Amino acid sequence: MAALPKRQRLGPSPSLAWLFLAPALVLLAAWMIYPVVYSLFRSLHDATGNTFVGLANYGAIFSDSATLITIRNNVIWVVVAPLLVTVLGLIFAVLTERIRWATAFKLVLFMPMAVSLLAAGVIFRLVYEQAPDRGVANAIITTVHDAFAGSQGYPGARPRENDAAPASVENGAVVTKQVVRTGQPALIPLVGLSPDAVAGFAPARPASGDGLTGTVWIDTVRGGGGTVNQIDPEEKGLAGMTVEALQGGAVKATTETAADGTFAFTGLPPGDYQVRLPQSNFTAAFNGLTWLGPTLITPAIIGAYIWVWAGFAMVLIAAGLSAIPREALEAARIDGCTEWQVFRKITVPLLAPVLLVVFVTMIINVLKVFDLVFIIAPGSVQPDANVVALEMWRVSFGGGGDQGLGSALSIFLLVLVLPFMAFNIRRFRRDER
Amino acid sequence: MSHSAASFGRPRVRVMDRVGSGLLQVVLVLVALFWLIPTLGLLVVSLRAEQDNNSSGWWTFFSKPAQITFDNYSNLLASGFSSSFWNTILITVPATLLVIGIGAMAAYAFAWIDFPGRDALFLVVVALLVVPVQIALIPIAKLYGALGIFGSVAGVVLFHVAFGLPFAIFLLRNFFTGIPRELMEAARMDGSPEWKIFATIVFPLAKPAIASLGIFQFLWVWNDLLVALVFADTGSQPMTKALQSQMRQFGTNVDILAPGAFLSLIIPLILFFAFQRYFVQGLLAGSVK
Repeated sequence: MAALPKRQRLGPSPSLAWLFLAPALVLLAAWMIYPVVYSLFRSLHDATGNTFVGLANYGAIFSDSATLITIRNNVIWVVVAPLLVTVLGLIFAVLTERIRWATAFKLVLFMPMAVSLLAAGVIFRLVYEQAPDRGVANAIITTVHDAFAGSQGYPGARPRENDAAPASVENGAVVTKQVVRTGQPALIPLVGLSPDAVAGFAPARPASGDGLTGTVWIDTVRGGGGTVNQIDPEEKGLAGMTVEALQGGAVKATTETAADGTFAFTGLPPGDYQVRLPQSNFTAAFNGLTWLGPTLITPAIIGAYIWVWAGFAMVLIAAGLSAIPREALEAARIDGCTEWQVFRKITVPLLAPVLLVVFVTMIINVLKVFDLVFIIAPGSVQPDANVVALEMWRVSFGGGGDQGLGSALSIFLLVLVLPFMAFNIRRFRRDER
Repeated sequence: MSHSAASFGRPRVRVMDRVGSGLLQVVLVLVALFWLIPTLGLLVVSLRAEQDNNSSGWWTFFSKPAQITFDNYSNLLASGFSSSFWNTILITVPATLLVIGIGAMAAYAFAWIDFPGRDALFLVVVALLVVPVQIALIPIAKLYGALGIFGSVAGVVLFHVAFGLPFAIFLLRNFFTGIPRELMEAARMDGSPEWKIFATIVFPLAKPAIASLGIFQFLWVWNDLLVALVFADTGSQPMTKALQSQMRQFGTNVDILAPGAFLSLIIPLILFFAFQRYFVQGLLAGSVK
């Protein structure tokens, strides 16, 4: 920015300036400056406001386990969110330079900035719904999981409980009773799945070969019939079962059944084994992640935050990118630099000031994060997702009833922001020069 | 944006570029979908009957489009939500206009009137840009209690004006200093009074900056939850606070929350698409808050 022109005394008198400034100064003084002073004063008193307690409220912030969790969460937020937002913004800004529909792309990514964080919170509460047939996040994850892992569980499948059954249940796993020898296919007949549930499965077939082999199948026929513990033509194999070969209690090899229920271990030395179908085969199908549970809640909310802010970073960085002289990039390309080299050696260094501004803006913003945590974290999980700005509201207005501690938390928040305030002032003074 | 690297490449490189560019398009389409789907989900959920939302995912809507209904919206409006919609407007419009007016006056003084302590005072404004709202909640609640405006629309508006001012002054002052000096001096030579220069020269010239500021302030106030949560009561509460009070039973009242959230974001979205140019300009001019 150009330096301010040195003015000769042509303009109006300074008193007029104060007239122009008066409304703003009154508001700033009463709503921003006075509150800082009052909060400092109030933070040194207890919940009632009548008893001076010194720094006890500040001590409470750093000793109470609940506030320590909020500080830990704020640290996670500050370390993770600004970096991810900035990096994503950079990637998107660079990539959109190469597509024709860059404007449309930018609008789409930028759109969440116009939406209230409350609405964004509601949006992501829907996304993170636990049931995979309601929440889109788990719907996608379970679909992808099932496509790759393939082994859907068979809850309810079990061996017959009589002495003639070749396998029995041990600690949730199904284990062969007799020793299985290589070259003698094992038979593991199961029941407990309705004929309808297995109707679409491939027919079971006996296994063959010299190694350790066998068949896992549903040993029942619709309408009855069939020979117990024998593979009948109408009976269905169980695909994707995990099968383990044990020797002396130790797992020697693991494989999976084919569509017809057969399995074969390759490369096992001849000998006596026990065959086990581990419990994982019989647990319910994968049901997605508990996004809104205590463990994943902070990453889940950070995900929503990135959704809101990546567009902001992208637009700012794209503006910086368009100011980079094209000739420098072209010259490097003609000299044989790869795109990656151009990006690392020229684009990023030239963008550094913009990246820093985006990064710092994001840190300031993340320190104050309130709405998203408040809305997305269900009440019971809120203590695990809590952050300083939310805790300040909770203790002062949300039922905590301790405005002494609340004031201390707000001062703490202000102190956290101070370095970035200094950064802004320095940047401003440099720009003015 | 055109990219001329390909024109320098040999044919083989161009084929590689083609493949790479196809892949890039696919990736970016996926990213864009990722950004669109959550909002689309909210819209669809808001248009489906409660029992449908409970029994199946909103995306099944595309295979069975017949289930669309506006019942959720009519139920929501019948439940008194419309009064909070009016409160949002009653809070947002004055808060935006006041910030523009008061901010422009102060910015004019900072940009074009010499007075002792001007630069130092402006640094204070720059410092105030990042002051968290939380610092003022308790003191201002006490102040409003003493003044008897706790829970009123006026209290909420004044709070938003005060916290919008640093950005407003910062943005407009930077724009005002860019107005040609000759223009100002000519007007002063003519003996125009200062308020007239402000009203007839500076204010009209600064329209783009004022539009940027206006859209920002409008969105901030419209979308605010925290200030309303503390300073508004049930009579003066905006949509955000009204919806927040429904959050506790999220699982059971999606049929209220989804249309409410969608109603609350539709006006900001329209404004955003209509004025996105100014939005971006404002962002570039003052990315500090």
